[in-house]
Amino acid sequence: MDAIGLNNVLAIGAVLFVCGVICMTTKRNGIGVLMGVELVLNGANLNFVAFARYSSMGLDGHVISLFVIVLAAAEAAVALAIALNFYNNHLTIDVDRGDELRG
Amino acid sequence: MTIDQYLFALFALLTCGGAISVVICQNVVRMAFSLIISLASISALFFLLSADFVGATQLMVYVGGTIVLLIFGVMLTSSSALLQIRTSPAEGFLAAGIGVLFLSVFSFTVWSVDWDRNEAKLAGVTAVDVPPQDYNEASSGNTVRPLAMSFVGLRPDKAGKAPGYLLPFEIVSVHLLVVLIGAAYLARTKRRVSAES
Amino acid sequence: MSLILAAESLAEIINSYAECDASSVAIAAVIHVALIGAFFGLPAGIFIWAERKVSARIQDRLGPTRVGGRFGWLQAVADGAKLVQKEDLCPKDADKPLFRIAPYVVVIASFAAFMFLPFTDGWSAVSLDVGMFLLFAMLSLEVIGVILAGYASGSKWALFGGMREAAQMVSYEIPMSICALIPIVMAGTLNLNEVIHYQSADWIGVIPPFLHWNVFHPVAGPAFIVYFVCATASCKRAPFDLAEAESELVAGFLTEYSGMRWSFFFLAEYASMFLVSAVAAILFLGGWDDGFGIVRALKGNSTNVLDPGVIAGNLLGAGVLMLKASKLVLIQIWVRWTLPRLRIDQVMTTCLKYLLPMSCALFLAAVVYPMALVLGTGRPQILPLSNDVSAEAEMSTSSEVEVERAAADGEVT
Repeated sequence: MDAIGLNNVLAIGAVLFVCGVICMTTKRNGIGVLMGVELVLNGANLNFVAFARYSSMGLDGHVISLFVIVLAAAEAAVALAIALNFYNNHLTIDVDRGDELRG
Repeated sequence: MTIDQYLFALFALLTCGGAISVVICQNVVRMAFSLIISLASISALFFLLSADFVGATQLMVYVGGTIVLLIFGVMLTSSSALLQIRTSPAEGFLAAGIGVLFLSVFSFTVWSVDWDRNEAKLAGVTAVDVPPQDYNEASSGNTVRPLAMSFVGLRPDKAGKAPGYLLPFEIVSVHLLVVLIGAAYLARTKRRVSAES
Repeated sequence: MSLILAAESLAEIINSYAECDASSVAIAAVIHVALIGAFFGLPAGIFIWAERKVSARIQDRLGPTRVGGRFGWLQAVADGAKLVQKEDLCPKDADKPLFRIAPYVVVIASFAAFMFLPFTDGWSAVSLDVGMFLLFAMLSLEVIGVILAGYASGSKWALFGGMREAAQMVSYEIPMSICALIPIVMAGTLNLNEVIHYQSADWIGVIPPFLHWNVFHPVAGPAFIVYFVCATASCKRAPFDLAEAESELVAGFLTEYSGMRWSFFFLAEYASMFLVSAVAAILFLGGWDDGFGIVRALKGNSTNVLDPGVIAGNLLGAGVLMLKASKLVLIQIWVRWTLPRLRIDQVMTTCLKYLLPMSCALFLAAVVYPMALVLGTGRPQILPLSNDVSAEAEMSTSSEVEVERAAADGEVT
């Protein structure tokens, strides 16, 4: 039953989180930043499911990860709409160009 | 080693490899493909952790929905010349250094916590775990019915001692509707000012 | 754990001869893969031949007549042999790794969905409680391969075709899933085998068992038609084959592909035609239930899998399911060669303005209908319930829930 081990799963979650953070900070493409966010959320999800499996928290972890998945889908839809607007205004998706702070 | 461990090792490698290649790739569509590999492997990890409904949702919503949406975004916002926006090497090295620091902190934390002792403490405050019954063996993951019941506010797995999730479920459904309308409003085509003048 | 469930029961049999856990599971998995591969490849080959023959007859031709003696029945094999010999081209502007991977993504998605099909009672590679959900999740992965193929070809035709195709597949998935949910809600489970059990029944007086199939249900019947239209569209079949609209887009996302990679797309298309037809047969047409109680009579009450009666019943059930699915595929072929192609805006209008509201209304009706029936007649369905095993099973599960709920309430108070 404990063939996998909690620590290994948490380590994968940590790798995903770190990759996501690096992705968010270094990518200049707006969609690339979004992908970083997805990676971070998935790292967190993996931890929730692992704790649900290896502790007496029962299904709470599953429920929370389902909420995270649904909210991530919503977040992606809104962020994509924003990215499209950004592209319409600036004719590029390079987030470094969006430093004007006005219409 | 059991077959579970082999499968876990395989999918763990695929997950981490996909995530790292998302960071390394400069082409957005290749990044999206690496992300697909990573997320699909995560859903396999969910199955190995006997969370079958979460795994299926991950495949359906994340891989089949969100990523397709992202790829659509890539197609709509890039002409081929702009497809590669490079980061400078200095930024890359800095990010790699910070990443390694982050990872070492996380790993140190994970391995230094005595989960068994905390688990004993946790078991003291939470209710007893009633294994959910369904068509499959409990070990092969049968989370559909208990999850559905917890969404309507019943907790068979905690013998009624834990709160259900009816209110968050309703809030999320309203939230999704709002997001749907909002995203459609934001993304509608507007004439550019330059085109009008 | 669930991943290796695929091979569990077979692995137990193998394990009884040689005590080695991991390798017996691996051997069982290989056997399963070979079997599903046969179910994946053979129908596809047969339907490629059938498509040629049926289209020829509809257009008043003969079609293939020579390969393999009469009727040209080896035509699919000959086509395959020709395609293997062709050069595997990769355009200069293509994103080469993605261009090469895309066909495999499509084939793997369509192949993986076969894992969850119950070919007969209990004969499915993976029998999960989320089986139906996972099947649709796997089918939804196909669209990724299509987008990748469209993008990676580095050609305008392919990009337009891929984008159109992706938009079409993603939109048609929604009404299709909602319609597929209607039998699920009626049976109260996502396990496909249990959905068939819900529909199979014994003779009650003079009422034949096939009247219990969902297609004869006043709400699920129309849902079957909506599902089938959406399934045809999601397999990119005419009249919805916009991606391959030769007159405007050359061959859509397939434009730059040749040889084996092209034939992989083709194979996946025919396999997913068979798959959605089999799912339609399972959800609405009673699956392996033959409709006259023969399978149930052969199997009796025996629970031993190796009982001759059970084996005969299971084989008959598998044949019945294949027959139903093949009939539906033949209908798809017939429609393709009879109806003209829609325009892209008409395709989207059909989905979003007509099929989606229809499926939502049907879903609501499926939920309200039993309640209205209980209020009106005091029974949840029109057909009599006597000696109906599935109804009894349903009663027992709901009473279990009652007991659990009562226990929970007792704990709280």
